[in-house]
Amino acid sequence: MIKIVKRDQPSRAIFFFTPVLAIFLTLVSGGLIFFILGFKPFEALKFFFIIPIADKYGFSELLLKATPLCLIAIGLSFCFKSNNWNIGAEGQLTFGAIVSGGVALLFYEQEGFYILPIVILAGAIGGMLYASIPAILKTYFNTNEILVSLMLVYVSKLILDYLVVGPWSNPEGFNFPETRQFSDSAKLPLLFEGLRIHAGIFLALAAVIVSWFVFYKTYLGFQMKVSGFSLKTAKYAGYKGKKMIILVFLISGACAGLAGVGEITGPIGQLHREISPDYGFTAIIVAFLGRLHPVGIIFASLVVAITYLGAETAQIFMQIPKYTGQVFQGMILFFLLASDYLLFFKIKFIGSKK
Amino acid sequence: MIIDINFIGLIIASIMASAVPLILASCGELITERSGVLNLGVEGMMIIGAISGFALMTVTGSLIIAIFGAMLAGVLISTIFAFLTQTLITNHVATGLALTIFGIGISAMIGKNFVGIPGKEFPVLFEGLKDTIPLIGPILFGHSIVFYFAFALPFMTNYFLKKTKIGLIVRAVGDSPVSASNQGIKVRFVRYLCILYGGAMSGLAGAYLSMIYTPQWIENMTGGRGWIALALVVFSTWNPIKILIGAMIFGGLTIIQFHMQAIGVRIPVQFLTALPYIVTIIVLVVISRDSRKIRLSTPSSLGKSFHKDN
Repeated sequence: MIKIVKRDQPSRAIFFFTPVLAIFLTLVSGGLIFFILGFKPFEALKFFFIIPIADKYGFSELLLKATPLCLIAIGLSFCFKSNNWNIGAEGQLTFGAIVSGGVALLFYEQEGFYILPIVILAGAIGGMLYASIPAILKTYFNTNEILVSLMLVYVSKLILDYLVVGPWSNPEGFNFPETRQFSDSAKLPLLFEGLRIHAGIFLALAAVIVSWFVFYKTYLGFQMKVSGFSLKTAKYAGYKGKKMIILVFLISGACAGLAGVGEITGPIGQLHREISPDYGFTAIIVAFLGRLHPVGIIFASLVVAITYLGAETAQIFMQIPKYTGQVFQGMILFFLLASDYLLFFKIKFIGSKK
Repeated sequence: MIIDINFIGLIIASIMASAVPLILASCGELITERSGVLNLGVEGMMIIGAISGFALMTVTGSLIIAIFGAMLAGVLISTIFAFLTQTLITNHVATGLALTIFGIGISAMIGKNFVGIPGKEFPVLFEGLKDTIPLIGPILFGHSIVFYFAFALPFMTNYFLKKTKIGLIVRAVGDSPVSASNQGIKVRFVRYLCILYGGAMSGLAGAYLSMIYTPQWIENMTGGRGWIALALVVFSTWNPIKILIGAMIFGGLTIIQFHMQAIGVRIPVQFLTALPYIVTIIVLVVISRDSRKIRLSTPSSLGKSFHKDN
């Protein structure tokens, strides 16, 4: 017989084991889906998860996709840890890209070492501005941040669309929905000849280090943790709730904005219609899969980035629809949440006496 | 220029038609939330309903199978959510998000073979009565059965919640799960059913989009309507009748945007398209500003898991 027993304390070992379990279960179910669709499961999984990163170029592409995911997820972990549901990172990314792109266009055909830092800063500020809307509405007007931050995603994409087909479109661009190319000084340098991986990865690594320090070494990190466990306790302890809500939203917006900067000033070097394949939403999964822990998020962003690459490869070589990537992402989160059950409950096998 | 009075009737009817999916999904979600469960997966369940309805219609040729199949698909996908949040006690917000991401992915995967296939004509009722009464005729007559069902649904939902015993149980479970449980009500079972019902209604809303409103399959065709439906529930302060009003306002915004483009108002298309989203935010702010009022009408245990220790 099987009996389910509540644990006295959540298990710490299982806390870090369940993400691995979730990935494993996703692979198994993924193989099953491929089988149902009429593909050889092992071959399909190989095309999905191994072939894309088998060479140098593939590995660079992996890091290229993991960079924005990691950066945004780090920002989101500030929000999620403190019980703030910012799910509009996609909008903050887009708005950050718009602001930094606008600044980059101001320096059209100009060169100078000072341009890039200004462009990067502009992106962070853009993301912060956009994230401050749900934060301020939540703190001062009691408005649900989930819905507001999500509605703003749609708005930001429409603003971008308006700008690239309208006032900011390239005058010599034959009406393509894109802006002029940024000058070289406004672009993040590429790290290796022939590969697309760019200096944006250092922004992500810096975010990882800073967030680790804030989470575990500062009073703010402690306050966030307490608020995440129990808002009541936080109130009794006299923490300034409103200030903290706005702060975590600003941090998260800045990170998403920086991810936006990376997307437009990296290999592409201009603003266009589709700057992000829903990195802002996928990063939510990354944040959870990484257990809201900076190091965990690095690994999680690499794992989830493979689903992007795998979807592309599988589509080219096996005509597997590219949306399988999203299906995998949804499944990872399902399995992760489900296996959290093991954190709080033990499954005991009883009755079989030896 | 003389404006044909029937033309105004037609505009009102088109506003109502665009309100239908919002009413269906919101009324379903309202029951789910009244039982204390916050399901953010409406967008995902809707898109699953949209592709299931369209695919079944194309494959079987039967509209009835398609409509009920879409509802069943909504039920099936919401079962995942119900199992996770009720049996495995997962976080409602995160699980709902996973449902939406998963739903959009699965629907696009299934829908790959249905892109570009023309839809079928859906039969309308009382077509002949349309021209009998000016203005009122086009508003009242010549719509699909789903249309009439949607406009009856808020009233039925209101009656269900306020006047029936099961409605009372749903409210009790949402407002005070502990006392309900002490009264011998199976809290998690009730919540399961409410989640599945919400799934069925979202599925129907999606099927309406792909089979009657558009009618064809377009990837991601729900375009945020599921999220607006969620906002409408807050807008209504959990009162089904107010959902009707809210859905008409949003339907109106969508239609006005088309007409303004048609008569050549010199506002960029993108700003008009953004209007419903911006108005949603403004409305949410106005509604939520009075925190006491919101607290009184929100189901007290909304979004909180219930677990009875054995």
